[in-house]
Amino acid sequence: MNIAVCIKQTPDTTTRIQVADGGGEIVDDGIQWIISPYDEFAIEEALKLTEANGGEVTIVSMGPARVEKTIREALAMGAQKAIRIDCESIPNDPGVTAKVLAEVLRGRGFDLIFTGRQAIDGDQAQVPGRLAHLLDWACVSVVIDLAIDGDKGTALREVEGGSERVHFTMPAVIGANRHLNEPRYRNMRGIMKAKRIPIEVVQVDAPAPQLEITSYSYPPQKGERKLFENGASDVAEVVRLLREEAQVI
Amino acid sequence: MILIISDIQEGKLRSVNAEVYTAAVALGKETGQPVATVLLGASGLKELAATAGNYGVEKAIVVEDAGLAPFSPDAYAAAIAHVIRETGASVVLMGATFTGKDVMPRVAQHLDVALVQDVINVRDEGGLVFTRPMYAGKVHADVRVQTSPALATIRPKSYKPAEQAADVAVEPMSVSVPAAKVQVVAYEGSSNGKLDVTEADIIVSGGRGMQGADKWGMLEELADLLGAATGCSRPVSDDGWRPHEEHIGQTGKTVSPDLYIACGISGAIQHVAGVSSSKFIVAVNKDPEAPIFKVADYGIVGDVFDVVPVITEEIRKVKG
Ligand SMILES: Cc1cc2nc3c(=O)[nH]c(=O)nc-3n(C[C@H](O)[C@H](O)[C@H](O)COP(=O)(O)OP(=O)(O)OC[C@H]3O[C@@H](n4cnc5c(N)ncnc54)[C@H](O)[C@@H]3O)c2cc1C
Repeated sequence: MNIAVCIKQTPDTTTRIQVADGGGEIVDDGIQWIISPYDEFAIEEALKLTEANGGEVTIVSMGPARVEKTIREALAMGAQKAIRIDCESIPNDPGVTAKVLAEVLRGRGFDLIFTGRQAIDGDQAQVPGRLAHLLDWACVSVVIDLAIDGDKGTALREVEGGSERVHFTMPAVIGANRHLNEPRYRNMRGIMKAKRIPIEVVQVDAPAPQLEITSYSYPPQKGERKLFENGASDVAEVVRLLREEAQVI
Repeated sequence: MILIISDIQEGKLRSVNAEVYTAAVALGKETGQPVATVLLGASGLKELAATAGNYGVEKAIVVEDAGLAPFSPDAYAAAIAHVIRETGASVVLMGATFTGKDVMPRVAQHLDVALVQDVINVRDEGGLVFTRPMYAGKVHADVRVQTSPALATIRPKSYKPAEQAADVAVEPMSVSVPAAKVQVVAYEGSSNGKLDVTEADIIVSGGRGMQGADKWGMLEELADLLGAATGCSRPVSDDGWRPHEEHIGQTGKTVSPDLYIACGISGAIQHVAGVSSSKFIVAVNKDPEAPIFKVADYGIVGDVFDVVPVITEEIRKVKG
């Protein structure tokens, strides 16, 4: 079973995202880059499947040269191959990403493609569904449990208040969620091995974006904050404020 | 035309639909466009159409086809794409539920157009502008689309439903439904019938400061009294104190309730990102320096085991 895992380099979750003056862009300087956390569940699942069934795992990431550091981190978990799709900056339009991924992945003999349920920067959750449509494959996303049996599969996906049991046909694009597995740690041996794996760099003509982010801003500031330091004896006042000022209860 | 894809689960309209109808009717007035909704399923949809009328939607397109049961996101997406082409809709909206966010990217790719997910505000400023949180809510982005129709999913709790009666004209439409590659065969609710955090007006949430799974009765009692959902921080769901669907934050659910009550939660950046669009935040923490107090509208410094029972008692008093 040959599996591609599409990963995205994103800012670390502890990053205080900074909007540039004028709101035109997000400031890149000083950001600590990581593998988008959901993608680690995707990598782990792909490794488990190839360990059980044979085959190889190929890490695929779109971005400038700086994403190779993130690709190496993914390789260090145990993947065998890697592709970087070269571009100046990672697209803001998930439609562009999906089309480029479809073009690069089509015809390479993959049986299964993993992504994260969404990348934690754009939070778009569009690439798995769009990619599957372009390939005419099945797609199940936000997956917390997965079983594949020949040309069929079963998955659990998270939904409001519980989960849905889903049957699907292979080949498929699977969007991984937390709880799908426990991603393994990168050990020294894996890190050393990853250093020697060549990263194939692919050039593509990306299609034109269909959306534009015209400005970024911080969420609106709310009213004055009040701190009550006397514990239980302040509760009556807080409840009164919630009812009379905030009018939420 | 502005077209809303009604989100139906187990034969019922989800609560988010009223919010999306309200957003669409307001946008229809702003841009001078008629507003219609489409209901898709195997059967029994006409009865649901009247609900759309309660929020000012004038037309309900009903697509009943045996091929639409059991639910299949790809079959639905194909049917929705057909309806969009047939009606020539210029704006298409759906609730940003798990279903909406799964189906709409497929619809967008059918039509090869842009989609804006998880929108919290849409308005006309010489062309539509969609505001959506990014980085789990650490920033907001204004987005414009260059393709038509404009597709968007609207995040639950972003619009207050506004009732305004309209006569709904019900119009059946038939579509060709392709064979499904993906089918939902069962819903397995681990907390069946309970309100989901993404749909709740109020959330009572607990962190590691609650000390253990056996202490949650107190939070559930408060939640019941308020008609609230219960939520938690990540370590709480990781340790199995609470089911994972209650996990809130950057790697869990992002929520926008009217009131978020954080009990024994420190306020780590990954948690706070997921609750930043709450209208009011109340925090109870024994550490006056806890970062949660930087985002809480009302912070109470104290022990959760002393404070929470008093909150319940006081609310019971005012609710009579
Ligand atoms: C990649 C990544 C992603 C993450 N994603 C998320 C996420 O999505 N959601 C999330 O929540 N976390 C997330 N985290 C974890 C996050 O960094 C914090 O570790 C976590 O939010 C802390 O949970 P907590 O507030 O329950 O626990 P703690 O940080 O241990 O805080 C407990 C709090 O309870 C208070 N307390 C203790 N006892 C009492 C008492 N008796 N009365 C009152 N107060 C009391 C303490 O003062 C303290 O402030 C993520 C971390 C990483 C690295």
